[in-house]
Amino acid sequence: MSEPPQTVVPAPRDLFLGYLKIGLFGFGGVAAWARRVIVEERRWLTEREYAEVLGLGQVLPGPNVGNAAVMIGRRFHGLPGALLATAGIYCAPLLILIALSVLYDRYGQRPEVAPAMAGIAAAAAGMVIGTAAKMVGKLKLAPEAILLLALATLAAAWGRISLPLVVLVLAPLSIAASLWRAGLFGGGAGVSR
Amino acid sequence: MLLQILLTFAILSLVAVGGANAVLPEMHRQLVEIRHWLDDATFSQLYALAQAAPGPNILVASVMGWHIAGPAGMAVATIGMLLPAAILAWVMAGLVQRLRGAKWLKPAQGGLVPIAIGLLLAAGVIMAQAASDYGRLPLAIVAASAVFVWRTSYSPLWVLAGGAALGLILL
Repeated sequence: MSEPPQTVVPAPRDLFLGYLKIGLFGFGGVAAWARRVIVEERRWLTEREYAEVLGLGQVLPGPNVGNAAVMIGRRFHGLPGALLATAGIYCAPLLILIALSVLYDRYGQRPEVAPAMAGIAAAAAGMVIGTAAKMVGKLKLAPEAILLLALATLAAAWGRISLPLVVLVLAPLSIAASLWRAGLFGGGAGVSR
Repeated sequence: MLLQILLTFAILSLVAVGGANAVLPEMHRQLVEIRHWLDDATFSQLYALAQAAPGPNILVASVMGWHIAGPAGMAVATIGMLLPAAILAWVMAGLVQRLRGAKWLKPAQGGLVPIAIGLLLAAGVIMAQAASDYGRLPLAIVAASAVFVWRTSYSPLWVLAGGAALGLILL
């Protein structure tokens, strides 16, 4: 059963530090860490609020978690919040990338690190899958929502259909289904949750 | 040159629905095939380099920018890739705030949730497929890591460290 959503409003400084951690720990992408820090560790948003912001971040162009950082930052502290969250998520990785670029220019690739990187990549892939499973488990989605979720996964992962197309087709369908379920669409035939 | 880099990445930013991995084919087309700023092998190596660092995958643009035109190239590529999308996200957040009272807003936003999770899962699957280039062991790491993150709330740093150690010893 879902615990009562007890969220806290982060101070501007916490917004920066939280996103700094997300950027710094986010090997293989930041999606899994973003949810962990925002929902589990710091409780800025409930599971559902976070999923909604992430959803908006995904239908907009650009990095999902970066878009979410702008929106979450703005929600709590306006423009300074958006800037702090954005700076937090990008600054540490950028510094590391500058260092890596210098090393790459000088030494090319080091073959010895490839196996370790492959292991990290595999663990990161598992993290992302585990995060998706955790969200499904906590959100109690309607049957048609589960179906749309599965369709999105199949289309993007196995069909290799381009993501803009997947979003363009499935997002309106899913929004319509959600409105219908809330009784706001199709003559109010929906069931209230 | 710098202006061209800025514009190229700004356009990429606006077609990047789904984030870095979605825009990668178009990035390849622009940088390698049309502009000839990078060759094919360099593009792949720089992508791997960006993956090796922590942080949002979109920063692959920064690495490409560095290779094309040094630190200034990195700066304009990063700004080009991040700024247009960030402005859109800002505007969208404002729109959502203004519509907060509308009773259709919550369900409409809720409709994006399954798509968000579905695409997240797809990203994980695609990453796992890429990892399986090394054979069966990475898939075992993927599975163990997924269960660990799904079922426990210990820090995922443990699975990353474990993955690195196993990769180093066994691959």
